[in-house]
Amino acid sequence: MLASAVKVFSNGQNFLRLLEGLWMTLKLSAAAVSLSLFFGFIVGLLMLSSRKTVRTSTRFYLETIRIVPVLTFLFLFYYLLSRTFKINLESVTVVLLTFTLWGTAEIADLVRGAFTSIPRHQKESGLAVGLTDLQVQLHIIAPQAARRLAPGVVNLVTRMIKTTSLVFFIGIPELVTVSQQVVEVAAYQHNRPAAFWIYGLVFLFYFIVCWPISKISKSLEKRCLY
Amino acid sequence: MSEDSSNILVIKNLNISFGERKVLKDLSFEVAKGEVVVVIGPSGCGKSTLLRCINGLETIESGSILLDGVNIAEGRIPWPLVRQKVGMVFQSYDLFPHKTVMENILMGPVKVQKRKPAEARAEAELLLERVGLLDRRDSHPRQLSGGQKQRVAIVRALCMNPEIMLFDEVTASLDPEMVREVFDVMLELARRGMTMLIVTHEMAFARAVADRVFFIDEGVIVESGPPEAFFAAPRSLRAQKFLNNFKFEDVKTKKTSL
Amino acid sequence: MELSYIVKFAPAFLKAIVLTAELAALGIAAALALGAAAAVAIYHRTPALDKLASAYVELARNTPLMIQLFFLYFGLPRAGVRLDAATCAVIGLAFLGGGYMAESIRGGLEAVGKSQIESGLCIGLTRLQLMRHVVWPQALAAAMPSLSANAIFLIKETSVFSVVALADIMYVANDLMMEGHSNETNLMMVTAYLVLIFPVSLICSWGEKKVRSAGFGG
Repeated sequence: MLASAVKVFSNGQNFLRLLEGLWMTLKLSAAAVSLSLFFGFIVGLLMLSSRKTVRTSTRFYLETIRIVPVLTFLFLFYYLLSRTFKINLESVTVVLLTFTLWGTAEIADLVRGAFTSIPRHQKESGLAVGLTDLQVQLHIIAPQAARRLAPGVVNLVTRMIKTTSLVFFIGIPELVTVSQQVVEVAAYQHNRPAAFWIYGLVFLFYFIVCWPISKISKSLEKRCLY
Repeated sequence: MSEDSSNILVIKNLNISFGERKVLKDLSFEVAKGEVVVVIGPSGCGKSTLLRCINGLETIESGSILLDGVNIAEGRIPWPLVRQKVGMVFQSYDLFPHKTVMENILMGPVKVQKRKPAEARAEAELLLERVGLLDRRDSHPRQLSGGQKQRVAIVRALCMNPEIMLFDEVTASLDPEMVREVFDVMLELARRGMTMLIVTHEMAFARAVADRVFFIDEGVIVESGPPEAFFAAPRSLRAQKFLNNFKFEDVKTKKTSL
Repeated sequence: MELSYIVKFAPAFLKAIVLTAELAALGIAAALALGAAAAVAIYHRTPALDKLASAYVELARNTPLMIQLFFLYFGLPRAGVRLDAATCAVIGLAFLGGGYMAESIRGGLEAVGKSQIESGLCIGLTRLQLMRHVVWPQALAAAMPSLSANAIFLIKETSVFSVVALADIMYVANDLMMEGHSNETNLMMVTAYLVLIFPVSLICSWGEKKVRSAGFGG
């Protein structure tokens, strides 16, 4: 068994390929989170709208995204776009589209939660000292909302990184896909036990990447509990 | 009020520190059976801590606490046993929210003292009747007012048949209307001869219920004596200053001189 | 939208729903047990065990189910441990879920105020009686919403089970998609998950309501 480990790791190519896979994972996550932040903020603010129809429709959107697994959405959009609407998009585009739809819903909910959790008297005391509505929003509400938002957003980054593992089903060369390829090549080279080591290593990769981010999220949460 | 000279509680040279800060410094006193002792003093002087270490909720550095002649601070007697003899009521009542009033009260007698449920229930009902809450025995705490909850908390402690009852600022979080109903219960208890150690800010009540008053400041008993003497003419400067805080003549005189 | 197609292949999805439900139920139950054990170790600060439990929780929460399944199903056999697909699925789900359940239960335990514990001690309850009669009931009540959310999350995670060649909903959907009729397949696929999750969501809401009315609302 140990010989197998040595064999598969001493092949520099393997390690490099795994790192490339990790890079793809990170790129996908970063892109999806950024897009989700942008759209999520907008939808989140919409959820606070005074118009009932706007609130209900955004709520409906949120609940729909939540009831079905992300992989199912991936599948749904992939075939909906290519077969039903005959729009042929690149795999990566479909993936980003799906992840952004999911991430937007999550961020929107976080934004809504952050803004509604600020006690009303914050706004009232701001108005009482003579600030305009806009000034209150900008200088008093928004900074506090941002602080409350931070842990959830960082937490989403972790979740997004883990969710990218789903694109294995689509064949995009992220970490899980690449690791399987490495294992197959190793098996071809008569090194079948490599599977144990490669998958074990990738397991650790995810942990090494996600754990620090989780810790940041936790410390942000502690700090915002003034 | 009581002629019995045996002491239920004897505290000798009690020392407690929280880290570097010394909270109680070489404290000593006795409480006789049936006596009602009221402890007053500024915030942070250690009066709550005093009650809490009689109960084992705080660990002491040195000194002895003798309950009925037995040193409970040594650690040889398990605290659950000691606590059956020392009843305590907190400022925050802390009834168990997921149990009814009756279940709250019976928990100690039945589960700890292993008494027969029927007998314990009978006693509980008697006590509830005395505080006027018999009809609420199947309610949940959230259906009761603050004053009612506090009265239930007192009954819960009483049903264990303790030798001494400790009260830690029990009316501090109650609306003024409810303070009276709790004090009436405590006065009744005192009249029936329960040994009580009460920490409170309510001076009028202290005057009415106490056999003896202690004034504690910075972990030391600065002054002690019968309530009339203490409240009318405190001997120590600190006690005078403290009691003055409750009077408002100063403001009035300043205004007239304007 | 051909109804006949749906009628023809709905049974396949039904079978998949049942399989998924069974595996999910086992996985969630195991996750609850594992999570409770970890939460207890962390809450009581049991020496050594609490560090182990914390490490487990962090490991479980920071790695995707996919790689856990890959490791269990493809990696372990090379080390001599051969588990069948269903077992791997349940173990993976339990491992992942346990981390989330542990956090929820620990949160519930810590939500029970210190004064409740002191109050219980003051009437002479032992630590064990205290945990059983005062802390656990309130802790589980407080953790209910979180536990429900976890359960639903875990059911959704089962969508990756096809990676270990289990005939779950996504497997059936993928299979069928090859034959065309993508709209019908899509509809059945989404409906399958709704059928799986909606009842669970209702049961959880009912559970939360019952717990609130039992007096935990404080």
